[in-house]
Amino acid sequence: MTALVLAAESASFAPLPLLVIVPFITAGLLLLLPANRSDYHKIVALAGSVITGAVAAYVLKTFTVGESGFQFVVSRSMISDLGINWTFGVDGISLFLIVLTGLLFPIAIGAIDPHHDSKPYYVWLMLLMAGSMGAFMSLDLMLFFFFFEVVLVPMYFLIGGWGHGNRVYAALKFFIFTMAASALMLVGITALAWLSRDIIGSPTPVFDIRDLGTVTPSLTLFEQRLIFITFALAFAVKVPLFPIHTWLPDAHTEAPTAGSVILAGVLLKLGTYGFIRFGLFLFPGVAYEFRYVFLTLAVIGIVYGAAVATMQSDLKRLVAYSSVAHMGFIVLGIFAFNSQGLSGSVLQMVNHGISTGALFMLVGWVYERRHTREISELTGLQSAAPIMAAVFTLVMLSSVGLPGLNGFAGEFLILLGGFSGARWWTVVAVTGVILAALYLLWAYQRVFHGKAEGENSTMSDLTWSERLWIMPLLGLIVFLGVYPKPVLERIEPSVDALITRMALVGDLVEAEPDAPANPAGVAELIGVAESSEEGEHGGTDTQDHTEEEG
Amino acid sequence: MLEAAWLIPTLPLAGFLFLVFFGRRLGEPLAGWIATAAVGGSFLATLVVFVGLIGKDPTERFYIQKAFTWLQAGSFSVDIGFLVDPLSITMCLFVTGIGTLIHLYSIGYMHGDKNFSKFFVYLNLFVASMLFLVLGDNLLLTFLGWEGVGACSYLLISFWFTDPANASAGKKAFVTNRVGDFGFMLGTFLVFSSIGSIRYADIITSSESGAIATKTATVAVALFMLGAAGKSAQIPLFVWLPDAMAGPTPVSALIHAATMVTSGVYLLTRLNPLLEVSSSNMRLTIAFIGAITGLVAALAAVVQTDIKKVLAYSTVSQLGYLFLAVGVGAYVAAIFHMVTHAFFKALMFLGSGSVIHGMADEQDMRRYGALRKFMPITAGTFIIGWLAIAGVPPFAGFWSKDEILLSAWSYNDGALAGKLLWLIGLITAILTAFYMTRQVILTFGGDRTRYYDATTEEIQSVYDGRVESALARVTLAETAQEEATAAIAKAEAEVEKRTEAVSAAATKLSEATLTLKAADPEDEGYAKLEKALVKAEKGGPKAETSLAKAQTSLADAKQALIDAENDRSANAVAASDARSDRMNAPKAPEYVTALTAAPDVAAFEDELPDSYRERAEYHPHESPWTMTLPLIVLAGLAATGGLLNLPFTPDLKFLEKWLSPALYGNEAHVGTQTSIKYVLAGIAIVAAFSAIMAAVAVYLRGQRDPETIEKPSLALAVKYDEALAKFMGGPGKEMFDGLTVVDSSGVDGGVNGIARLVTSVGGSMRSLQSGLVRSYALGISLGASAIVLWFLARIFS
Repeated sequence: MTALVLAAESASFAPLPLLVIVPFITAGLLLLLPANRSDYHKIVALAGSVITGAVAAYVLKTFTVGESGFQFVVSRSMISDLGINWTFGVDGISLFLIVLTGLLFPIAIGAIDPHHDSKPYYVWLMLLMAGSMGAFMSLDLMLFFFFFEVVLVPMYFLIGGWGHGNRVYAALKFFIFTMAASALMLVGITALAWLSRDIIGSPTPVFDIRDLGTVTPSLTLFEQRLIFITFALAFAVKVPLFPIHTWLPDAHTEAPTAGSVILAGVLLKLGTYGFIRFGLFLFPGVAYEFRYVFLTLAVIGIVYGAAVATMQSDLKRLVAYSSVAHMGFIVLGIFAFNSQGLSGSVLQMVNHGISTGALFMLVGWVYERRHTREISELTGLQSAAPIMAAVFTLVMLSSVGLPGLNGFAGEFLILLGGFSGARWWTVVAVTGVILAALYLLWAYQRVFHGKAEGENSTMSDLTWSERLWIMPLLGLIVFLGVYPKPVLERIEPSVDALITRMALVGDLVEAEPDAPANPAGVAELIGVAESSEEGEHGGTDTQDHTEEEG
Repeated sequence: MLEAAWLIPTLPLAGFLFLVFFGRRLGEPLAGWIATAAVGGSFLATLVVFVGLIGKDPTERFYIQKAFTWLQAGSFSVDIGFLVDPLSITMCLFVTGIGTLIHLYSIGYMHGDKNFSKFFVYLNLFVASMLFLVLGDNLLLTFLGWEGVGACSYLLISFWFTDPANASAGKKAFVTNRVGDFGFMLGTFLVFSSIGSIRYADIITSSESGAIATKTATVAVALFMLGAAGKSAQIPLFVWLPDAMAGPTPVSALIHAATMVTSGVYLLTRLNPLLEVSSSNMRLTIAFIGAITGLVAALAAVVQTDIKKVLAYSTVSQLGYLFLAVGVGAYVAAIFHMVTHAFFKALMFLGSGSVIHGMADEQDMRRYGALRKFMPITAGTFIIGWLAIAGVPPFAGFWSKDEILLSAWSYNDGALAGKLLWLIGLITAILTAFYMTRQVILTFGGDRTRYYDATTEEIQSVYDGRVESALARVTLAETAQEEATAAIAKAEAEVEKRTEAVSAAATKLSEATLTLKAADPEDEGYAKLEKALVKAEKGGPKAETSLAKAQTSLADAKQALIDAENDRSANAVAASDARSDRMNAPKAPEYVTALTAAPDVAAFEDELPDSYRERAEYHPHESPWTMTLPLIVLAGLAATGGLLNLPFTPDLKFLEKWLSPALYGNEAHVGTQTSIKYVLAGIAIVAAFSAIMAAVAVYLRGQRDPETIEKPSLALAVKYDEALAKFMGGPGKEMFDGLTVVDSSGVDGGVNGIARLVTSVGGSMRSLQSGLVRSYALGISLGASAIVLWFLARIFS
């Protein structure tokens, strides 16, 4: 009903609010169902998430390629006295995160059933979906914060209620880490809104990021830095960056499979998305100033996450640590401050969601069958479950970054951009590519290769429904590896616009006047200095030549 | 005709996709035939393109076919596009040609495997990846193929995954190659950041126009060299290739001898304009890495006993020649030797596969011998491969290896470094001729097949059996001893008892006699007493008889004890004799020649385990035609491959002329006078023949003990590998373990510690329990709901 009202009110069909409303209503419907009809619960949740996914697909289909600004923008006043609005819109950066959310939820719901209390389980999942969607398309800072916080609750209950072993500890840790960091962000947001009001001279505080974008350069450097730090902290925990990543392995390991899929596939992206949308966009100069901090933490995360993943004895924990490494790549791309790095990061957010989501599903299925995730207790599963082994191989190779599969496309662009923007950080980061092969192939060897004995030799292979549920992810793994163009051409205009803005507004050249590693990508994009730089290079080159010949 | 280029990689790719979905249903042998047809079709497509290329003017033999844009971001753009030029088509010709033959061979080799169709799925994917690698018009598409072949190599090495050794070898190959990929990726980034493109066309123009500084080019070449060292198994990354032989033999032939391992050399050749810009010391480094790898691997090959390991180290060694050639700018010689090596090494790998197939999976050359009698085609073709690699004219290897040695000699107009490279190359050639002759003699030569000999283990088991049975008899005697001792005790007790009975009887008699004497015969009881006396008189002898009996059994028991004791000590002696006998049991010799006699087992033939007799019934056999036909074709190529580039007149250098458009005048000019050319060739021939004669003397005639030659200290390459493994398993693992501990106690502990500190400071938060957080969470959701409700209310108002 609400959806219809909203849709009817706007002049044309506005799909974005539906992305929040449909799952929210589905959650409401679920509450009305009797608690003991778990079959109905699943059907309703599945229907709600599929409809939401279909709306996301519609957004993808009707998205105008080549436009850099926000599309499908709808805005309604929420708290008019405070200038807080329901403002939704998507651009190339958020588009695929919405599509990814719309894809992963139906799969997570369809592929794995909860063992008990299906009603609240699906209610929490649907609320999680509504929250994630809302966070990715909010153009109002307060609205973003609202959704950013809201997703914690369902996730907390999902881990605590349907998790394994040490679930209460894990849920608590997850909640406190993320909550504490975002509490600071609220202070930052509020400060920003009121400071902006004074600058613009508007009657209410300013929360719309499109307006804020014009204001932030006028803030003092001190104010910018402080506010940026509050934002960055919240996002860094969410990504998570080293050394505040320790909530992630616990949360992942103890979460139910669907929770892990969503956590890795969607929730972590809130951090990297936040860095781009609110860090880089609002505070380009400060972000650039602080870039070495994030580059360093990202690179530590890549190498460290991979090294620690190698030695894990729990398969799910291993995948969780691999996420730390992969998210490090994404942060590296973001702070490369150029088109390749940023496009790569956005693309990689999608790819990581697909590959790691699929990995968690596979690990979950192994656990359902064998009731253990200990690598040492699993051997030779390939004999009993060849299809599962084949699927695992494909997903693993994607995660390792094999060209022709999705993981490579993003990783390559990130590293390519990183090499121009942050050369030595990238050189270290590339070693993460070696380590990724090491920990995944070693784990695969121990779990799937070798002679199967006992329960390992009688384990059942993937069922038809499981194969069906993971099929879309496998298809995307191949498709996005071979032909990422449809994604990249939608991402790129927005990324380029962001970079142009950062170069112009952020005053990057002044922020770091004599930096030797002045990002060539940025200079190139503003169209300045390109020719002169190349001339300089050419000059030295010829000199080298003459020296050599002489 | 050039437009057919896209078909070259697409056909095997289509074969792969088709077999992924329908392979299992088609099964054996249809899946194999379809895979073979896909690669064969690709070969035909290559021929069409080849003819088309010949039809063009040499300067116009450069054609790019773009399929679609693959990746694009900012100023970076890269296509799925194919570069058709003499270099790529030469590669395609031998990749698809040999690929087809090996597919055909595999149909026979993989017969009966339960994953028959899966094998061909991987094989087709491999060929497709290899063709992408070769045909890519940019570094990234080459990298796609590069990683694709690496992944297929991983999947195929660990194809028989239940054996942990295979699984480890596959992983090792992939991870080691990844170290090389580190270089490839960084090289690609560096090229992009210096010229803004990674297309070969742009790299070539930029290199030629001087837009790339020497310093940049040098670093880039160093990085690509690292990548190439991974794929082409050079120092320091060669360690994966010998292990990779764990895979099925057709895989070793196709991937780990003929095609994939040459891709590093192909990459460097493709980048020849960049190499030309790089510092000459960089190129010399490449040459020396190749030369030293060649030498080290050849040394290791001398001491190998596994037929495939010899070929594996030989491959590493021959790839070293290719590096050497590229380093001295002899690109044509590199490609020439790459092609001839593909012929003869694929031939010999397939031949070894045929041998293994015919010998019930035995891979130890010490167990071969005289196999030419059982598998004449395999032997005949293998011998051609041997002559080719040993450098015997007019077989293919002689011409191509000679080109490389000549180019090394004339490097930089006769610089000392070139002479040194030549010398190392020559020593490697001598070693090559030696170890290959050794292999041929041990496998096919001699009059007897050592396969039937009792193995050391079997003989050992006989002796073990003897010791065991002697020990069992000792145990038996010991039991008897115990039994006898018990019997003695019992008998002694009996004797004592009987002795008492005798004296009791005597007492009774005397009592009875006295009583009778004292009695009055007239008394009425007298008769009774008489009777008692008679009875007492009878009792005496009776008791004595019993006593005698008891004494006899005591004596018997004593005798039994003595017997048992003797028996035990006799058997104990026998056991210790058997033990010391076992020490001197005949052993199958560790260092074998064709003359080596079988261990003498006549004395205990009956005691040998069943495996010995089962083997005696086994008849080594020749392989089916699907396996021998590829051998014959390859043997023909290995014999005549030299015709591609004969050195006598410039007109005969077909390959050089053909490749020259792709080398942009960077091919090193061999300025040596003709006379030196012949002298060097003469030296090489003499060296090859001497090495062959030496090997014949040792292994066929037994004129010298092979133990004095096959010293383990020669295998530096093996030692390096072991040291590396030791490091990875030891300090390397400990480092990672340490980090893990740091993460769980240090980092997490630290973060948790801060949290605890905060909570203890904030008194009200002292008891942070789940209940509190729960209510907090609930608070958030209630708040959120309130906002939503308020919003809904506003909409409806």
